[in-house]
Amino acid sequence: MSRFFIPLIVLFVILYGSIKKINVYDSFINGANEGIHMVRNMFPSLLAMIFAVNIFSNSGVLDLFFSFLKPLLLFLKIPFEIIPVAVLRPLSGSFGLGLLNDIYKVYGPDSHVGILSSVIQGSSDTTLYIISLYFGTIGIRKIRYALWVGLLADLFMVLISLILVPFLT
Amino acid sequence: MINKLWAFLFLSGSLYMMINGNYDELSKQILGSGKATLDLLIQIFPLISLWLGVMSIAKESGLLDKLARLIKPILILIFPDIPKNHESFGYISSNIVSNIFGLGNAATPFGIKAMESMQKLNKKKDTASRSMITFLIINTCGFTIVPTTIISLRLLYNSKNPEVIILPCIIVSFVSLLFGLFIDRIWSKKYE
Repeated sequence: MSRFFIPLIVLFVILYGSIKKINVYDSFINGANEGIHMVRNMFPSLLAMIFAVNIFSNSGVLDLFFSFLKPLLLFLKIPFEIIPVAVLRPLSGSFGLGLLNDIYKVYGPDSHVGILSSVIQGSSDTTLYIISLYFGTIGIRKIRYALWVGLLADLFMVLISLILVPFLT
Repeated sequence: MINKLWAFLFLSGSLYMMINGNYDELSKQILGSGKATLDLLIQIFPLISLWLGVMSIAKESGLLDKLARLIKPILILIFPDIPKNHESFGYISSNIVSNIFGLGNAATPFGIKAMESMQKLNKKKDTASRSMITFLIINTCGFTIVPTTIISLRLLYNSKNPEVIILPCIIVSFVSLLFGLFIDRIWSKKYE
Protein backbone atom coordinates (compact mmCIF):
# COMPACT_ATOMS: atom_id res chain seq x y z
CA MET A 1 0.00 0.00 0.00
CA SER A 2 2.67 2.51 0.96
CA ARG A 3 4.53 1.40 -2.17
CA PHE A 4 1.93 3.28 -4.23
CA PHE A 5 1.31 5.99 -1.70
CA ILE A 6 4.60 7.88 -2.03
CA PRO A 7 4.73 8.16 -5.84
CA LEU A 8 1.02 8.94 -6.01
CA ILE A 9 1.10 11.69 -3.42
CA VAL A 10 4.10 13.40 -5.06
CA LEU A 11 2.51 13.10 -8.50
CA PHE A 12 -0.79 14.42 -7.24
CA VAL A 13 0.71 17.40 -5.40
CA ILE A 14 2.81 18.57 -8.35
CA LEU A 15 -0.04 17.98 -10.79
CA TYR A 16 -2.45 19.91 -8.57
CA GLY A 17 0.05 22.79 -8.25
CA SER A 18 0.47 22.94 -12.03
CA ILE A 19 -3.29 22.97 -12.60
CA LYS A 20 -3.65 25.79 -10.06
CA LYS A 21 -0.95 27.62 -12.12
CA ILE A 22 1.49 28.30 -9.28
CA ASN A 23 5.27 28.31 -9.92
CA VAL A 24 5.91 24.75 -8.74
CA TYR A 25 9.67 24.94 -9.28
CA ASP A 26 10.21 28.06 -7.16
CA SER A 27 7.84 26.75 -4.54
CA PHE A 28 9.76 23.47 -4.28
CA ILE A 29 13.10 25.27 -3.91
CA ASN A 30 11.77 27.57 -1.19
CA GLY A 31 10.43 24.60 0.72
CA ALA A 32 13.58 22.50 0.34
CA ASN A 33 15.65 25.42 1.60
CA GLU A 34 13.81 25.25 4.92
CA GLY A 35 15.16 21.73 5.36
CA ILE A 36 18.63 23.07 6.17
CA HIS A 37 17.33 25.13 9.08
CA MET A 38 15.18 22.29 10.30
CA VAL A 39 18.02 19.77 10.38
CA ARG A 40 20.30 22.31 12.03
CA ASN A 41 17.71 22.83 14.78
CA MET A 42 17.24 19.09 15.21
CA PHE A 43 20.89 18.31 15.79
CA PRO A 44 21.48 19.21 19.50
CA SER A 45 18.43 17.45 20.95
CA LEU A 46 18.95 14.44 18.72
CA LEU A 47 22.60 14.17 19.76
CA ALA A 48 21.68 14.37 23.45
CA MET A 49 19.08 11.62 23.05
CA ILE A 50 21.23 9.23 21.05
CA PHE A 51 24.11 9.76 23.46
CA ALA A 52 22.14 8.78 26.59
CA VAL A 53 19.96 6.10 25.03
CA ASN A 54 22.91 4.30 23.40
CA ILE A 55 24.81 4.09 26.67
CA PHE A 56 21.74 2.93 28.57
CA SER A 57 20.75 0.29 26.02
CA ASN A 58 24.23 -1.13 25.54
CA SER A 59 25.12 -1.28 29.23
CA GLY A 60 23.00 -4.34 30.07
CA VAL A 61 21.62 -2.50 33.10
CA LEU A 62 18.11 -3.28 31.88
CA ASP A 63 18.58 -7.01 32.56
CA LEU A 64 19.56 -6.14 36.12
CA PHE A 65 16.47 -3.97 36.67
CA PHE A 66 14.11 -6.60 35.42
CA SER A 67 15.60 -9.82 36.70
CA PHE A 68 13.59 -9.43 39.93
CA LEU A 69 10.39 -9.31 37.85
CA LYS A 70 11.05 -12.76 36.38
CA PRO A 71 9.05 -14.90 38.86
CA LEU A 72 6.01 -12.63 38.55
CA LEU A 73 6.09 -12.75 34.74
CA LEU A 74 6.49 -16.50 34.83
CA PHE A 75 3.44 -16.73 37.06
CA LEU A 76 1.38 -14.55 34.69
CA LYS A 77 2.64 -16.57 31.69
CA ILE A 78 4.13 -13.44 30.12
CA PRO A 79 7.29 -14.18 28.15
CA PHE A 80 10.27 -12.44 29.74
CA GLU A 81 11.73 -11.57 26.33
CA ILE A 82 9.12 -8.91 25.64
CA ILE A 83 10.15 -6.77 28.63
CA PRO A 84 13.19 -5.18 26.92
CA VAL A 85 11.06 -4.63 23.79
CA ALA A 86 8.37 -2.91 25.86
CA VAL A 87 10.85 -0.76 27.81
CA LEU A 88 13.07 0.26 24.91
CA ARG A 89 10.23 0.90 22.46
CA PRO A 90 9.54 4.44 23.75
CA LEU A 91 13.27 5.19 24.01
CA SER A 92 14.76 4.20 20.69
CA GLY A 93 13.40 3.05 17.36
CA SER A 94 16.55 1.37 16.14
CA PHE A 95 17.04 -0.55 19.40
CA GLY A 96 13.48 -1.80 19.29
CA LEU A 97 14.07 -3.10 15.78
CA GLY A 98 17.37 -4.68 16.84
CA LEU A 99 15.62 -6.56 19.65
CA LEU A 100 12.84 -7.65 17.31
CA ASN A 101 15.49 -8.96 14.95
CA ASP A 102 17.01 -11.06 17.77
CA ILE A 103 13.64 -12.45 18.80
CA TYR A 104 12.75 -13.46 15.23
CA LYS A 105 16.13 -15.16 14.94
CA VAL A 106 15.74 -17.19 18.13
CA TYR A 107 11.99 -17.87 18.34
CA GLY A 108 10.81 -17.24 14.78
CA PRO A 109 8.48 -14.46 13.60
CA ASP A 110 5.32 -16.59 13.94
CA SER A 111 5.90 -17.69 17.54
CA HIS A 112 3.82 -16.18 20.35
CA VAL A 113 6.79 -14.07 21.53
CA GLY A 114 7.50 -13.04 17.94
CA ILE A 115 3.96 -11.87 17.26
CA LEU A 116 3.56 -10.19 20.65
CA SER A 117 6.77 -8.19 20.27
CA SER A 118 5.84 -7.28 16.67
CA VAL A 119 2.53 -5.86 17.87
CA ILE A 120 4.18 -3.94 20.71
CA GLN A 121 6.75 -2.52 18.30
CA GLY A 122 4.14 -1.70 15.64
CA SER A 123 1.50 -0.14 17.86
CA SER A 124 3.54 2.69 19.29
CA ASP A 125 6.19 5.20 18.37
CA THR A 126 9.46 6.38 19.89
CA THR A 127 7.90 8.59 22.57
CA LEU A 128 11.12 10.00 24.02
CA TYR A 129 12.59 10.75 20.59
CA ILE A 130 9.44 12.49 19.36
CA ILE A 131 9.09 14.59 22.50
CA SER A 132 12.72 15.68 22.67
CA LEU A 133 13.01 16.25 18.91
CA TYR A 134 9.84 18.28 18.42
CA PHE A 135 10.15 20.36 21.56
CA GLY A 136 13.90 20.77 21.09
CA THR A 137 13.54 22.00 17.51
CA ILE A 138 11.18 24.86 18.42
CA GLY A 139 13.09 25.71 21.61
CA ILE A 140 10.69 24.53 24.30
CA ARG A 141 12.35 23.67 27.61
CA LYS A 142 9.39 23.16 29.93
CA ILE A 143 7.48 20.20 28.55
CA ARG A 144 5.05 19.96 31.53
CA TYR A 145 3.11 16.68 31.58
CA ALA A 146 3.88 15.60 27.98
CA LEU A 147 6.33 12.81 28.83
CA TRP A 148 4.16 11.32 31.57
CA VAL A 149 1.09 11.10 29.40
CA GLY A 150 3.13 9.65 26.52
CA LEU A 151 4.76 6.97 28.66
CA LEU A 152 1.51 6.11 30.43
CA ALA A 153 -0.15 5.57 27.04
CA ASP A 154 2.78 3.32 26.09
CA LEU A 155 2.37 1.25 29.25
CA PHE A 156 -1.34 0.95 28.53
CA MET A 157 -0.49 -0.15 24.97
CA VAL A 158 1.70 -2.99 26.28
CA LEU A 159 -1.03 -4.19 28.65
CA ILE A 160 -3.65 -4.08 25.88
CA SER A 161 -1.32 -6.07 23.59
CA LEU A 162 -0.81 -8.74 26.27
CA ILE A 163 -4.56 -9.09 26.69
CA LEU A 164 -5.71 -8.81 23.06
CA VAL A 165 -3.01 -10.56 21.03
CA PRO A 166 -4.03 -14.12 22.07
CA PHE A 167 -7.58 -13.39 20.84
CA LEU A 168 -6.65 -11.64 17.63
CA THR A 169 -4.13 -14.06 16.16
CA MET B 1 11.32 15.87 33.57
CA ILE B 2 13.15 15.05 30.38
CA ASN B 3 16.17 16.45 32.18
CA LYS B 4 15.89 13.84 34.95
CA LEU B 5 15.22 10.97 32.58
CA TRP B 6 18.20 11.95 30.45
CA ALA B 7 20.52 12.04 33.47
CA PHE B 8 19.09 8.74 34.70
CA LEU B 9 19.64 6.97 31.37
CA PHE B 10 23.21 8.18 31.12
CA LEU B 11 24.20 7.68 34.78
CA SER B 12 22.67 4.23 35.27
CA GLY B 13 24.11 2.97 31.99
CA SER B 14 27.61 4.35 32.43
CA LEU B 15 27.94 3.43 36.13
CA TYR B 16 26.82 -0.12 35.39
CA MET B 17 29.38 -0.41 32.62
CA MET B 18 32.11 0.98 34.88
CA ILE B 19 31.26 -1.48 37.67
CA ASN B 20 31.57 -4.30 35.16
CA GLY B 21 34.89 -2.91 33.91
CA ASN B 22 33.44 -2.25 30.46
CA TYR B 23 35.50 0.91 29.91
CA ASP B 24 36.28 0.25 26.26
CA GLU B 25 32.61 -0.19 25.36
CA LEU B 26 31.65 2.89 27.37
CA SER B 27 34.12 5.20 25.68
CA LYS B 28 33.16 3.71 22.33
CA GLN B 29 29.52 4.60 23.01
CA ILE B 30 30.35 8.09 24.28
CA LEU B 31 32.55 9.00 21.35
CA GLY B 32 30.41 7.20 18.80
CA SER B 33 27.15 8.98 19.58
CA GLY B 34 28.16 12.04 17.56
CA LYS B 35 28.72 9.95 14.47
CA ALA B 36 25.50 8.00 15.08
CA THR B 37 23.56 11.28 15.23
CA LEU B 38 25.21 12.63 12.10
CA ASP B 39 24.54 9.37 10.24
CA LEU B 40 20.88 9.59 11.15
CA LEU B 41 20.66 13.24 10.13
CA ILE B 42 22.45 12.57 6.85
CA GLN B 43 19.91 9.84 6.15
CA ILE B 44 16.88 12.01 6.86
CA PHE B 45 18.17 15.42 5.73
CA PRO B 46 17.57 14.92 1.99
CA LEU B 47 14.18 13.35 2.70
CA ILE B 48 13.15 16.24 4.90
CA SER B 49 14.21 18.78 2.27
CA LEU B 50 12.41 16.83 -0.42
CA TRP B 51 9.18 16.60 1.55
CA LEU B 52 9.36 20.25 2.54
CA GLY B 53 9.72 21.10 -1.15
CA VAL B 54 6.71 19.02 -2.12
CA MET B 55 4.77 20.33 0.87
CA SER B 56 5.52 23.91 -0.10
CA ILE B 57 3.77 23.23 -3.43
CA ALA B 58 0.88 21.61 -1.58
CA LYS B 59 0.58 24.64 0.66
CA GLU B 60 0.84 27.29 -2.04
CA SER B 61 -1.68 25.55 -4.29
CA GLY B 62 -4.23 25.36 -1.49
CA LEU B 63 -4.14 21.58 -1.32
CA LEU B 64 -3.09 21.57 2.32
CA ASP B 65 -6.12 23.68 3.27
CA LYS B 66 -8.40 21.30 1.40
CA LEU B 67 -6.94 18.29 3.21
CA ALA B 68 -7.22 20.06 6.52
CA ARG B 69 -10.89 20.87 5.91
CA LEU B 70 -11.58 17.16 5.46
CA ILE B 71 -10.55 16.01 8.95
CA LYS B 72 -11.02 19.39 10.62
CA PRO B 73 -14.30 18.59 12.41
CA ILE B 74 -12.46 15.93 14.43
CA LEU B 75 -9.36 18.07 14.95
CA ILE B 76 -11.42 21.02 16.26
CA LEU B 77 -12.74 18.75 19.00
CA ILE B 78 -9.24 17.54 19.85
CA PHE B 79 -7.59 21.00 19.69
CA PRO B 80 -10.03 23.51 21.23
CA ASP B 81 -7.26 26.11 21.80
CA ILE B 82 -6.37 26.57 18.11
CA PRO B 83 -8.44 29.19 16.21
CA LYS B 84 -10.68 27.52 13.62
CA ASN B 85 -8.94 28.91 10.53
CA HIS B 86 -5.37 28.65 11.74
CA GLU B 87 -2.68 27.16 9.45
CA SER B 88 -1.73 24.64 12.18
CA PHE B 89 -4.63 22.41 11.16
CA GLY B 90 -3.11 21.91 7.69
CA TYR B 91 0.21 20.71 9.08
CA ILE B 92 -1.37 18.64 11.84
CA SER B 93 -3.62 16.81 9.39
CA SER B 94 -0.74 16.17 6.93
CA ASN B 95 1.35 14.79 9.79
CA ILE B 96 -1.45 12.48 10.95
CA VAL B 97 -2.22 11.25 7.42
CA SER B 98 1.47 10.46 6.75
CA ASN B 99 1.77 8.59 10.04
CA ILE B 100 -1.37 6.55 9.37
CA PHE B 101 0.15 5.37 6.09
CA GLY B 102 3.35 4.36 7.86
CA LEU B 103 5.51 7.15 6.43
CA GLY B 104 7.38 8.28 9.53
CA ASN B 105 10.03 10.16 7.56
CA ALA B 106 7.43 12.11 5.63
CA ALA B 107 5.53 12.87 8.81
CA THR B 108 8.45 14.49 10.67
CA PRO B 109 8.73 17.74 8.62
CA PHE B 110 4.94 18.22 8.75
CA GLY B 111 5.09 17.64 12.49
CA ILE B 112 7.81 20.22 13.02
CA LYS B 113 5.92 22.74 10.88
CA ALA B 114 2.85 22.03 13.00
CA MET B 115 4.84 22.69 16.17
CA GLU B 116 6.28 25.92 14.73
CA SER B 117 2.85 27.21 13.84
CA MET B 118 1.49 26.28 17.28
CA GLN B 119 4.47 28.09 18.80
CA LYS B 120 3.17 31.29 17.13
CA LEU B 121 -0.01 30.93 19.21
CA ASN B 122 1.90 30.07 22.37
CA LYS B 123 2.13 32.81 24.99
CA LYS B 124 5.08 31.45 26.97
CA LYS B 125 7.70 30.61 24.36
CA ASP B 126 9.76 28.24 26.55
CA THR B 127 6.77 26.29 27.86
CA ALA B 128 4.75 23.65 26.03
CA SER B 129 1.17 24.65 25.24
CA ARG B 130 -1.77 22.31 25.72
CA SER B 131 -2.27 21.91 21.95
CA MET B 132 1.40 20.96 21.47
CA ILE B 133 1.19 18.24 24.10
CA THR B 134 -2.02 16.84 22.62
CA PHE B 135 -0.39 16.82 19.18
CA LEU B 136 2.69 14.97 20.45
CA ILE B 137 0.52 12.41 22.24
CA ILE B 138 -1.16 11.64 18.90
CA ASN B 139 2.33 11.14 17.46
CA THR B 140 3.78 9.06 20.28
CA CYS B 141 0.79 6.72 20.25
CA GLY B 142 1.83 5.89 16.69
CA PHE B 143 -1.56 5.12 15.18
CA THR B 144 -0.88 3.41 11.86
CA ILE B 145 -2.57 1.07 9.42
CA VAL B 146 0.64 -0.18 7.78
CA PRO B 147 3.55 -1.00 10.11
CA THR B 148 5.87 -1.18 7.08
CA THR B 149 9.24 -1.83 8.72
CA ILE B 150 7.98 -4.67 10.89
CA ILE B 151 6.25 -6.44 8.02
CA SER B 152 9.40 -6.28 5.93
CA LEU B 153 11.45 -7.63 8.84
CA ARG B 154 8.97 -10.49 9.26
CA LEU B 155 9.27 -11.26 5.55
CA LEU B 156 13.03 -11.34 5.92
CA TYR B 157 12.70 -14.13 8.50
CA ASN B 158 10.36 -16.17 6.28
CA SER B 159 7.21 -15.56 8.26
CA LYS B 160 4.35 -17.75 7.02
CA ASN B 161 1.91 -14.95 7.68
CA PRO B 162 3.64 -11.55 7.81
CA GLU B 163 0.37 -9.57 7.68
CA VAL B 164 -1.14 -11.30 10.73
CA ILE B 165 0.04 -8.42 12.93
CA ILE B 166 -1.74 -5.66 10.97
CA LEU B 167 -5.18 -5.99 12.56
CA PRO B 168 -3.88 -6.30 16.15
CA CYS B 169 -1.61 -3.28 15.53
CA ILE B 170 -4.51 -1.17 14.25
CA ILE B 171 -6.73 -2.12 17.18
CA VAL B 172 -4.06 -1.79 19.88
CA SER B 173 -2.68 1.53 18.61
CA PHE B 174 -6.17 2.97 18.17
CA VAL B 175 -7.25 1.98 21.68
CA SER B 176 -4.04 3.37 23.18
CA LEU B 177 -4.52 6.59 21.16
CA LEU B 178 -8.00 7.05 22.67
CA PHE B 179 -6.56 6.33 26.11
CA GLY B 180 -3.71 8.81 25.49
CA LEU B 181 -6.10 11.58 24.43
CA PHE B 182 -8.30 10.84 27.42
CA ILE B 183 -5.56 11.11 30.04
CA ASP B 184 -4.09 14.11 28.20
CA ARG B 185 -7.42 15.91 28.65
CA ILE B 186 -7.62 15.01 32.34
CA TRP B 187 -4.00 15.96 33.02
CA SER B 188 -4.28 19.32 31.24
CA LYS B 189 -7.18 20.26 33.56
CA LYS B 190 -4.92 19.64 36.56
CA TYR B 191 -2.35 22.08 35.17
CA GLU B 192 -4.72 25.00 34.60
